[in-house]
Amino acid sequence: MKLAYWMYAGPAHIGTLRVASSFKNVHAIMHAPLGDDYFNVMRSMLERERDFTPVTASIVDRHVLARGSQEKVVENITRKDKEENPDLIILTPTCTSSILQEDLQNFVNRAGLDSKSDVILADVNHYRVNELQAADRTLEQIIRFYLEKARSKNEVLINKTKAPSANIIGIFTLGFHNQHDCRELKRLLTDLGVTVNEILPEGGSVTHIKNLPNAWFNLIPYREVGLMAAKYLETEFNMPYVAITPMGLLDTENCIREIVHIVKNISETLETGKGSSYNFDFESYIDTQTRFISQAAWFSRSIDCQNLTGKKAVVFGDATHAASMTKILAREMGIRVSCSGTYCKHDADWFREQVDGFCDEVLITDDHTQVADMISRIEPAAIFGTQMERHIGKRLDIPCGVISAPVHIQNFPLGFRPFLGYEGTNQISDLVYNSFTLGMEDHLLEIFGGHDTKEVITKSLSTESDLIWTSEALTELQRIPGFVRGKIKRNTEKFAREKNIAEITLEIMFAAKEAVGA
Amino acid sequence: MAKSQLTETLTFDCETGNYHTFCPISCVAWLYQKIEDSFFLVIGTKTCGYFLQNALGVMIFAEPRYAMAELEEADISAQLNDYKELKRLCLQIKQDRNPSVIVWIGTCTTEIIKMDLEGMAPRLEAEIQTPIVVARANGLDYAFTQGEDTVLSALVQRCPTESISAQSSSLSPNDGQLKEPQKNSLVLFGSLPTNVSTQLTLELERCGIKVSGWLPSPRYGDLPALNENVSVCGINPFLSRTATTLMRRRKCKLISAPFPIGPDGTRAWLEKICSVFGVTPQGVIEREKQIWESLEDYINLVRGKSVFFMGDNLLEISLARFLIRCGMIVYEIGIPYLDKRFQAAELELLEKTCHEMQVAIPRIVEKPDNYNQIQRIRELQPDLAITGMAHANPLEARGINTKWSVEFTFAQIHGFTNARDILELVTRPLRRNKALESLGWNQLVKVS
Repeated sequence: MKLAYWMYAGPAHIGTLRVASSFKNVHAIMHAPLGDDYFNVMRSMLERERDFTPVTASIVDRHVLARGSQEKVVENITRKDKEENPDLIILTPTCTSSILQEDLQNFVNRAGLDSKSDVILADVNHYRVNELQAADRTLEQIIRFYLEKARSKNEVLINKTKAPSANIIGIFTLGFHNQHDCRELKRLLTDLGVTVNEILPEGGSVTHIKNLPNAWFNLIPYREVGLMAAKYLETEFNMPYVAITPMGLLDTENCIREIVHIVKNISETLETGKGSSYNFDFESYIDTQTRFISQAAWFSRSIDCQNLTGKKAVVFGDATHAASMTKILAREMGIRVSCSGTYCKHDADWFREQVDGFCDEVLITDDHTQVADMISRIEPAAIFGTQMERHIGKRLDIPCGVISAPVHIQNFPLGFRPFLGYEGTNQISDLVYNSFTLGMEDHLLEIFGGHDTKEVITKSLSTESDLIWTSEALTELQRIPGFVRGKIKRNTEKFAREKNIAEITLEIMFAAKEAVGA
Repeated sequence: MAKSQLTETLTFDCETGNYHTFCPISCVAWLYQKIEDSFFLVIGTKTCGYFLQNALGVMIFAEPRYAMAELEEADISAQLNDYKELKRLCLQIKQDRNPSVIVWIGTCTTEIIKMDLEGMAPRLEAEIQTPIVVARANGLDYAFTQGEDTVLSALVQRCPTESISAQSSSLSPNDGQLKEPQKNSLVLFGSLPTNVSTQLTLELERCGIKVSGWLPSPRYGDLPALNENVSVCGINPFLSRTATTLMRRRKCKLISAPFPIGPDGTRAWLEKICSVFGVTPQGVIEREKQIWESLEDYINLVRGKSVFFMGDNLLEISLARFLIRCGMIVYEIGIPYLDKRFQAAELELLEKTCHEMQVAIPRIVEKPDNYNQIQRIRELQPDLAITGMAHANPLEARGINTKWSVEFTFAQIHGFTNARDILELVTRPLRRNKALESLGWNQLVKVS
């Protein structure tokens, strides 16, 4: 047992549901007790989704414990098949169902016989993998399922596109700025003369999975989700993949070089006739983008950024974002990263290798109290982390820029806010600069004693009061949240004056509330 | 009143139980705030933790007095000793927070692996010298607010049999009083924000009735005395287990009344309590009238409008009854679970209200099926759907006004004073959408 208040990565089924509900026309059925469908609330609230989340639960209750859930699960699958006609139904086990140890695969086979849609069981172990690992696994499972299905029907006709093309794999629902990143990546690929073949899983259709091998290569923007699928496609279909996250100027450059390298190689081996060989002047493209289109290089050179030199920062988040952010701060802005860390413990080796030489120390943990202790020990000038670090920062009075999930609704902005590509570099520069200047302002205010040295005693214009508050009423007043307390006090006193009441008791307070409806 | 088309009586349906609601462990969110010296330990998995973390959002960061005892693979397969593990965690809690009581919340997982929490608690309690109360608030058996019910019914066992004042009076020389320990005292049960419980206490005092205690009390040490001389009355419709425990285990007399939600409910609640104590309530009718008058501006907005309760927190019957009295038409009352005995007076008032307002009695659907309900909402096109957050945005995008049902659980809705807050919630979508009405942005999904 572990005493825990907070977790960075959610339970495995959340990962499966995120992948499943990102596809079009895929329905997930959770084998779970009442109340475990909280995922629907998150998707509907955080993503402000207009459509009903295609996730339902096959409820595990007392009756199920007594006689097994086979009938119920099979019935729920076939019912959903008729109601919604999905292409695919994914039965998703939860922690509860995994201890019941029922033969869910058998239920899936049974239900598959009566359903028009395909039915599969998400193959994840709740006690061994977290949300991100499960998402990676489920995405690979779905892709494998459809490619093997197509293969068995001889439908996989590898028909490489004429022009260079790529699949973008790993964009999905509730991902940190994924939608914006996707748009930016498409723009980047278009600039490079590469067309987008398929984007998975967000907005993708399972019926298109058989077209995946037609692309020249796969682009995996995030370390956490998509690598398994990319590796599968590499072994089975000989498709190369690019797994450099194009975040920050230097890594965007690295990513482009890698893409161009792969595309050149393929265009030489492909027999697509003359004139199709790929000849892209990427050096001048990178140079123009870096120096003139993106503002980040100029920002690093400007005197504003000079003031940030050597300032201490702490970075924490998922492996992709924390590693990229560490490199950006250290290499591109000259900021000292005192500690860089990730909660992706399963990917610790890769992370260490990435940030090696760019930070003073590395912290691999999924315990937020360790992160809080580290931050209070280092006392950085700014933190770049998740929502948790933002709250740690609030408590310690250190500004924080949010760079990674877990996130709140404010991290699903409506405006265009990518973290990847050249526009992403601008966004990151703003984020870094704003975090630090706010911290500086605070600090200066403290040194010079604030804007206003006179303490404000009361917010009302006149303090003269002929009213007496009884002690119970005063206690009651103290219980009212601070931000409305003044208003309640004023309304009550106004009410008392109107009624010519000199002493304010509890009764008067409540009567005042009833009268004005405050 | 007995017009031919209105002779309809209450009808109850039961569907599949495929509906969305909060897990009952969410009760820790308001109970840890109510019982100021408590600590809630939820013994469950990452799934439980993830729910609490996301559902309770901001509270997580405020160093709450609750935590997860997260079960790991070794706990499930019994490689670790449950007792030793819980002892380790509880000692840590005791050292860090020193609570007056630790409440263990059992979850689905502890049910399935049959962890004997009730057996371990007394042993551990004796060993660490901190009371441990066990409540099985799991999703296998209960929905949302019923979590509070399981905690309160566990707390009933911890209430003293005689109040401290009665005990001390027995030491006093005046032995004549000993024979008659406070006959007919009144204890109210249900967790309310302290200012709301003060308001209700004052309402009863105005009628000449003294409330001798509340379950739960703001501090664990102040739990009310319970014995066969105590009358008890519930203030929330989801407290049926607590009511049963009070009657069976502590021999208390249960006052079956409608719940003090809305001015009509509050008046009926006061009158019922008064009648039990043989008191004639003074000025209650005028007071109700006065409140209704002050609500007139809001009632004008809702009168004649229709509402559909999808059902997820068991407050539905009382809210529907109040809204019908406000002049609304209720199409359907979805409810997770209906205890017809505990809610008897409330159901009776609902029926009476429908007759008096000359509207058809809505159908009550227990264990609703959300998919079917959405089909019905599409057909009926109600003016307002009261629903969980999973369905609210999708319904809004389809032009249906919605109100998030969970807000009714967290808002102050009891008593005369707070009637306005209920209507504030109910009319908010109507007022907001009125402001946007002329823009033609009602349907925001592509119709296929």
